Amino acid sequence: MGKPELFPALSTADRAALLTRLGAVLPATSLLWSAEDTRPYECDGLSAFRRVPLAVVLPETEQQVVDVLRICRDLKVPVVPRGAGTGLSGGALPMTEGVTLGLSKMKRILAVDPLARTARVQPGVRNLAISEAVAPHGLYYAPDPSSQIACSIGGNIAENSGGVHCLKYGLTVHNVHALRMVTIDGDIVELGGLGLDAAGYDLMALAIGSEGMLGIVTEITVKLLPKPVKAQVVLAAFDSVVKAGEAVAAVIGAGIIPAGLEMMDQLATRAVEQFVHAGYPLDAAAILLCESDGTPEEVASEIARVIDIMRNCGATEVRCSRDDAERLRFWSGRKSAFPAVGRLVPDYYCMDGTIPKKNLAAVLDGIARLSAQHGMQCANVFHAGDGNLHPLIMFDANVPGQSETAERFGADILELCVAMGGTITGEHGVGMEKIDQMCVQFTTPELDTFHAVKRAFDPHRLLNPDKAIPTLARCADYGAMRVSRGALPFPELPRF
Amino acid sequence: MNGPLAPATVDPTVAPFVDRILAARAARTPLRIRGGGTKDFHAARLDGDVLDTAALSGIVDHEPSELVLVARAGTPLAEVEAALAAHGQCLAFEPPRFAHGGTLGGAIASGLSGPRRVSTGSARDYVLGVAIVDGRGQALRFGGRVMKNVAGYDVSRLIAGSWGTLALLTEVALKVLPRPEAETTLRFEMAEADAIAQLARWAGQPLPISASAHLEQTLTVRLSGAGSAVDAARAKLGGDPVPTHTADAFWNALRDQSAAFFTVPGRTVWRVSLQSTAPPLGLGPQCLEWGGALRWIAGDVDADTVHATAARHGGHATLWHGGDRGRGLQRVAPGVMAIQRRLKAALDPDGLFGPGRLFPDP
Ligand SMILES: Cc1cc2nc3c(=O)[nH]c(=O)nc-3n(C[C@H](O)[C@H](O)[C@H](O)COP(=O)(O)OP(=O)(O)OC[C@H]3O[C@@H](n4cnc5c(N)ncnc54)[C@H](O)[C@@H]3O)c2cc1C
Repeated sequence: MGKPELFPALSTADRAALLTRLGAVLPATSLLWSAEDTRPYECDGLSAFRRVPLAVVLPETEQQVVDVLRICRDLKVPVVPRGAGTGLSGGALPMTEGVTLGLSKMKRILAVDPLARTARVQPGVRNLAISEAVAPHGLYYAPDPSSQIACSIGGNIAENSGGVHCLKYGLTVHNVHALRMVTIDGDIVELGGLGLDAAGYDLMALAIGSEGMLGIVTEITVKLLPKPVKAQVVLAAFDSVVKAGEAVAAVIGAGIIPAGLEMMDQLATRAVEQFVHAGYPLDAAAILLCESDGTPEEVASEIARVIDIMRNCGATEVRCSRDDAERLRFWSGRKSAFPAVGRLVPDYYCMDGTIPKKNLAAVLDGIARLSAQHGMQCANVFHAGDGNLHPLIMFDANVPGQSETAERFGADILELCVAMGGTITGEHGVGMEKIDQMCVQFTTPELDTFHAVKRAFDPHRLLNPDKAIPTLARCADYGAMRVSRGALPFPELPRF
Repeated sequence: MNGPLAPATVDPTVAPFVDRILAARAARTPLRIRGGGTKDFHAARLDGDVLDTAALSGIVDHEPSELVLVARAGTPLAEVEAALAAHGQCLAFEPPRFAHGGTLGGAIASGLSGPRRVSTGSARDYVLGVAIVDGRGQALRFGGRVMKNVAGYDVSRLIAGSWGTLALLTEVALKVLPRPEAETTLRFEMAEADAIAQLARWAGQPLPISASAHLEQTLTVRLSGAGSAVDAARAKLGGDPVPTHTADAFWNALRDQSAAFFTVPGRTVWRVSLQSTAPPLGLGPQCLEWGGALRWIAGDVDADTVHATAARHGGHATLWHGGDRGRGLQRVAPGVMAIQRRLKAALDPDGLFGPGRLFPDP
């Protein structure tokens, strides 16, 4: 899996000038340029894409970020921001002729205001570290990606990350008050504010989910929530994914917004059970986890309703966590689904389509057919309440041809999601991985608008320039390739 | 499928709007996009030929179990809310009406949210996708009908709150929520500083507070949620219960600004959005909302003072109605303003839509 680069090689003299100038504004330990030092940065969580950057800078202060960006702008060197490198779409994939700007040294929690329920943090702070730091005040930061022990809040901003609780508590965009961002010209802009809205256009909404292409986020003020007094989870097993899907619709249709509503298919459940022994039923075609939180009274009445709905929808087994230890055990399986699958096979490829929930059965059916067609297994975990599907394609990159097959299988799944009224990415971002599928989801003028938005922030097109938004030339090549593989994909499906 | 592989088709209800925009562009006459006109009062300037969205009407899709509603921009807000109510659902951000005849497009384009904003989020938080026509007459779609979507920049949320100055909104997809099962309103006699402190303490606990207001010496608080949770909170908070019909009238009057505070003839009103825990501002008669994060200030207050006070508390001020509108309604830092202008030029290169409505021309 490799994609072409846009930027020509720097001359030896320019390269030396770049390193000299960077060296003048950074401590020695913050500038890496030898191959052995830069190689650890060659990929993010999507290890199929690798490129060794020209240099890695690890600024310790916002001023150093400003200085680095100005130097790179002057010398026309592209800059790729990087948080913890857990991204799953190649968003932090370096550029061979570019500088990777890592935020890992900017990891201080600058201020916590328990009364106003905010925390001001640097971008390299780990997601979970925020909740840990504010726990003594009875508060927490709600978005909880499964990678939360490792991923950075800066990366969360760039991907608009979600977690198993975002059905009720929202995505990153719903839980941030303000951002400080440095533009490629080295200007500092403050977006959002400590109130509940900001003057002018909502630039913060644009910045969130922009995959490091509009500016470097150097400070984030997040919203904190009081911890619910009680949480309880129902585990329900079904003998078909269709019934499980119907149960999801029935819960929401009953006016319940659970704190989390997740689904796993049999392959995923079995993989997880071997890994963490969460106690999942192994004969079920699909299991649902449905969490309720709030006051003890609220939880009791909601859980009773959920159990009824699950039974009415034909659950073969319904269990309810008896205490917090059991609740966490039920969740541990879901939260470790990716690594669990990773233990079963040499490689897996995680997809991230979102679909209208009513099309779940049809999409899972389509994935099963693609799985047979490509001769590759695929386990499915699903943020069911939000319609966000994570198929995990299982393969072995050491077997010739399997990487390419996995990539094609993945592309087919994403295009299936678009055809079913959905989108190619719910929370992992387009990055390098899904850039061709952007050509399927958007028209030429829409892609042009995205380029214009980028120019409004980054007129020189130097920040993470070859990610997320494809050039029209690239789309033309991709269109030719797809059509040559035989007409439109999924001709049998209705078009939305 | 949408992409470059598919033939371009323009929705027949949208086509006349595309023609109108192209004609205006050719003639270089600005357009003033108008839904129900219920927010005409909020403008630094109202310039251009009216582009009425009434013909863009109708709910396109509402699937209660998807929690998604899609409607054309000119659909009356009342129609949308009735359709949702029939399934026990609502627009959680409680869009203000101000007057009869408002449209969904106007609610989203203004980005305004009512009293419930403090607990459930703002209009833009519920936007899932939009269809727009830009200043070049191009029909474009961003976002979608699904809850989570990071494909491309979030242009939909940028459109929310752009007051018709970036593009014509033709269709909106929104996340909708079930209506709260139970609701109760409580009243407390309390000075402003005490109310601010009390609201902050309550907000730090898992209480189902869905609205709050402090006017003169009275704090009014609404609880919404599961019956059991509302009952438990009511017992904990104390206060005097307000009968349901009085409470509904109170919150609606606050939401729609038909309350006496807002209707004094000739009164200038400032909207100050700031950190909820900011101490009393002492700028004049005031109505406080959103747990302290929103303060409406009445009277002829010095503009520089209001802006500076808001900024000191991490917020911003808006000249809401009345007053000297010549310098624009809000102040934006120069760096941010430069980006805004470039975005405006990207979507509306000829400055067709609502010139000077929010900011003076450069
Ligand atoms: C096991 C596993 C489970 C996961 N589970 C989830 C999940 O449940 N939900 C979910 O949403 N994601 C999940 N992810 C994906 C990933 O963890 C998130 O996308 C995360 O937000 C990435 O953060 P990071 O710090 O690792 O960012 P990186 O991977 O380093 O970077 C991601 C993007 O952000 C940009 N970036 C990083 N920092 C900044 C900054 N300060 N300013 C500007 N741009 C910046 C980069 O350029 C890149 O485009 C999972 C990943 C793994 C490996």
